[in-house]
Amino acid sequence: MSEEFVLELENISKEYSGNPVLKNVSLSVKPGEIYALIGENGAGKSTLMNILFGMSVIHETGGFTGKVKIGGQEAKFTSPADAMLAGIGMVHQEFMLIPGFTIVENIKVGREETLPTIASRVFGKSLERLDTERMAADARKALDAIGMDINEFTRVAGLPVGYMQFVEIAREIDKENLKLLVFDEPTAVLTESEAEQLLSVMQSLSDKGIAIIFITHRLSEVMAVARRMTVLRDGEVVASKPIAQTDVVEIAELMVGRRIEKLVDDESRSVAPDENAEIAVKVRDLFVDMPGEMVKGVDLDIRKGEIFGIGGLAGQGKVGIPNGIMGMSPASGTVEVFGEKVTFSKLGDALSKGVSFVSEDRRGVGLLIGESIAHNIIFNTMTVKGGFLGLGKIISHHQVRAHAQSMIELLDIRCVGGSQRVGSLSGGNQQKVCLAAALTLKPRLLIVSEPTRGIDIGAKKLIMEYLTKLRNEEGLTIIMVSSELAELRSVCDRIAIVSEGKVSSILPPEAPDADFGLAMSAVGSKEVE
Amino acid sequence: MSILNKVGKYLAKNNVTVLFVILCLLAYHYSTFTLPTLFEELFIRIGRNTFLVLSLLIPIIAGLGLNFGIVIGAIAAQIAIFVVVLFGGSGFTGILWAVAICTPLAVFFGYLVGSLFNKMKGTEMIGGLVAGFFSDGIYQFIFLFMLGGVIVVNAPDLMIATGVGVRNIINLDGNLRQAIDNMPMINIIDAAFYAITAICAILIIFRLAKKRDLQIKKLLKAFLPVAILWAASWIPAVGAFMSAPRLLLLYAIEFGVAGAVIYQLWKIFASKVLDKNPELPKMRLVYMGVAGGVYAITFIPAMYEALSMVNLPVLTYLIIAALYMFIPWFMNTKLGQDMRTVGQDRAVATSSGINVNKVRIIAMIMSTVLASYGQIISLQNIGTVATYGSHIAVGLYSIAALLVGGASVQRATTKQAVLGIVLFHTMFILSANAGAQLLGNAQIGEFFRVFAAYGVIAVALAMHAWSRRKGGQTLGLPAATVVVPAKPPESGSK
Repeated sequence: MSEEFVLELENISKEYSGNPVLKNVSLSVKPGEIYALIGENGAGKSTLMNILFGMSVIHETGGFTGKVKIGGQEAKFTSPADAMLAGIGMVHQEFMLIPGFTIVENIKVGREETLPTIASRVFGKSLERLDTERMAADARKALDAIGMDINEFTRVAGLPVGYMQFVEIAREIDKENLKLLVFDEPTAVLTESEAEQLLSVMQSLSDKGIAIIFITHRLSEVMAVARRMTVLRDGEVVASKPIAQTDVVEIAELMVGRRIEKLVDDESRSVAPDENAEIAVKVRDLFVDMPGEMVKGVDLDIRKGEIFGIGGLAGQGKVGIPNGIMGMSPASGTVEVFGEKVTFSKLGDALSKGVSFVSEDRRGVGLLIGESIAHNIIFNTMTVKGGFLGLGKIISHHQVRAHAQSMIELLDIRCVGGSQRVGSLSGGNQQKVCLAAALTLKPRLLIVSEPTRGIDIGAKKLIMEYLTKLRNEEGLTIIMVSSELAELRSVCDRIAIVSEGKVSSILPPEAPDADFGLAMSAVGSKEVE
Repeated sequence: MSILNKVGKYLAKNNVTVLFVILCLLAYHYSTFTLPTLFEELFIRIGRNTFLVLSLLIPIIAGLGLNFGIVIGAIAAQIAIFVVVLFGGSGFTGILWAVAICTPLAVFFGYLVGSLFNKMKGTEMIGGLVAGFFSDGIYQFIFLFMLGGVIVVNAPDLMIATGVGVRNIINLDGNLRQAIDNMPMINIIDAAFYAITAICAILIIFRLAKKRDLQIKKLLKAFLPVAILWAASWIPAVGAFMSAPRLLLLYAIEFGVAGAVIYQLWKIFASKVLDKNPELPKMRLVYMGVAGGVYAITFIPAMYEALSMVNLPVLTYLIIAALYMFIPWFMNTKLGQDMRTVGQDRAVATSSGINVNKVRIIAMIMSTVLASYGQIISLQNIGTVATYGSHIAVGLYSIAALLVGGASVQRATTKQAVLGIVLFHTMFILSANAGAQLLGNAQIGEFFRVFAAYGVIAVALAMHAWSRRKGGQTLGLPAATVVVPAKPPESGSK
């Protein structure tokens, strides 16, 4: 019985300073099986994986109870290196790659091939010379296995995120004794075509007998590739069953514990402004020099009170548009917001003209990660508009607290209170804080970039509903940039598809799939060559 | 436009170095120095300081920043020199004794500093600075009080008249002074010949015993050039030339040029005649052209005069060259790659099974040991040890020199180190004189000198920070241009 499984977790429980985060979790994975691990943010997936990898966080907080068995034998990992030796690999959500190294160096990191030298014979193995040729050959093999056609000596710095994901996979499959590979939200940062490619890579790995634990929010992907699944909710296993015996609706229900409807009701659509409505944002000839997301001449007219979607594949420039308007990346061209011209070179100019921006880079740009929730919510308003300042320009803590509390309630930010550090929140709740900060500015135009990256369905739905409500009730103009087409189609009035740095077409959400596909792949035909 | 743009970007990227080239030219213009005197002074200082500056590179690569802790290595060297002088060691043997004594000390100190740095990751530079001051305190306690006060030292020449504490000057005349610098070439070649003979013999015996391939060809490649040089030294004229303690820079350049041309000709011959390679070896011709150009420069009267003034200490420069070549070689070993990984990202290093703390300690030990050797080289050249002063400024001046060469807290190369030493010491030599000439006051000239050293560090750090902030947005790699798009794998395609 026990030999049958690569990995067995038996009755794993773990608590952080008295708060149970995992309660008697058991699961087992067979060789070559794709096993989905599903759960909302904060359900305990990450903690479970930290236990599996013997991360130091676990030991430092009092260890765990229960057993981890690898190939039927109990394993006690004290560091990720132990797990690595036992044949367990992980593809991380936050990339564990070294930007300054080449792809080869990244794939071989810590496991370099070496040749003996005279010095190494005398002083020991660590002075062996790197065997660059063999390393490159191995890397090439791993890259070929996942269908990556990239020069292996390219530096990782500046690669599109999708490529980084594949480099991580290549690094893991290069490990000779790899038995089990964990994918943590691998498709969260990928475009649809890249995600598809990733799924087929997973399939081919599983054909080779490598077991896969697939952690994701995208249920359609689970249905497509996984054989069995476990749903975690609040640290408990709520269901464990073969995929064949379930469907998307059921999984989603199990995960959230309540029925999932469409993201937004159809009624809200009727509020969309007609063609004669006032133009809120006029973009002409916009060029943005953002590495990996270059914008090469974009013209857009966005109507007042519209929810305007910008979609497209990763690396094509959709993310560059908001970053250019906000002055985050060098830009040229003209952008008029309600008739006022935005000066790109003046950082914060867009902010002062009533534009709020929720960045796709939550941790880097969006949040002051070491500060409190309350401080994050009011910071921009305080610096841009001098809000929340009392007598003598000193922060009025009373106002701040009250406002933060109202925002926390409004957006259902799950936290202890306004003074909790933002860094300790889950991704979805961090995103809500970003949104709260943007709304506190009382913008006329709200730009949200990748609002649902790495967050669960519950939070996603809440954010989408709230955005629509803002538009319907307050007439806010919203630009939403997202890689998830389904999401754009469910809330936007019109969707611009960006390809090769230009708008290839602007479509209504109900346009047929084929139209969107064609618009996105305007470059596709060239890439295939 | 685009060329101008490129030049502008290049200059902006190397802004610190460009600024100091301009300052050096200005200082030279205003000073009364002539080229020969400048060269003479400069090459003394290059020999003195380069090893120390190179000892800074490994910690930078391993992500520990600028190692202000090399002061501690210098202290180890001074303890060793004191002991050697106390027991009457002299000449090159004395130097070897000093090395033997300071190595274990420096390893121990390096271990301590490394362990300290592991507890204060991210603030190593401040830590190194303070650790330097702290160790200076202990050093003073030992040298001013313990020696003579607790430990009886019977050496009136070395001790203060009261018998407690070491004098503030240790004179190396007649024992260690220039013991490395004055080593004649002929002795070096003899030693090299015996060493390579011994190594080859050991390797052959070892390989015979283990029944491995002998690789005679490879051994001969290393052995023959040394043997030929050694044989040549028996020719009386050559022998007499080689017995001189120093080598004229002019000759050094001529030999270098001749050597390079011969090497390139041999390679061309090998590829054309032996391997029958039809391609024209363009790069080799270019190298030969460059060598010719360098040779041509020596015919400029001013240069000729300057170059004939400078006597190079041969062994010192050879040791520096060896370290210069060792660092890139070392970075290409497993341990070196581990250090680069740790320097780039500790989290990634940990998760790929690298013992981050151990690697950082090894880097610190290497840096401290190299710094102690560097201090021995420096002190034997100067000829006196300022017991309570020689080590103080070591960290400061070496770091200033490295920064001038265009290195930063995160990145440094051997080339930057050498360029930095040349620029910094040119500035250092000229600034006092130029300041005195400009302002008509010798005292103010001295202020210029101090300003040069401290100013360099402040300006360089500020300019690096500035170009990093600017570069972060505009100089980013245009990823899409170098990347070939991925294709779906065969096995998964529909």
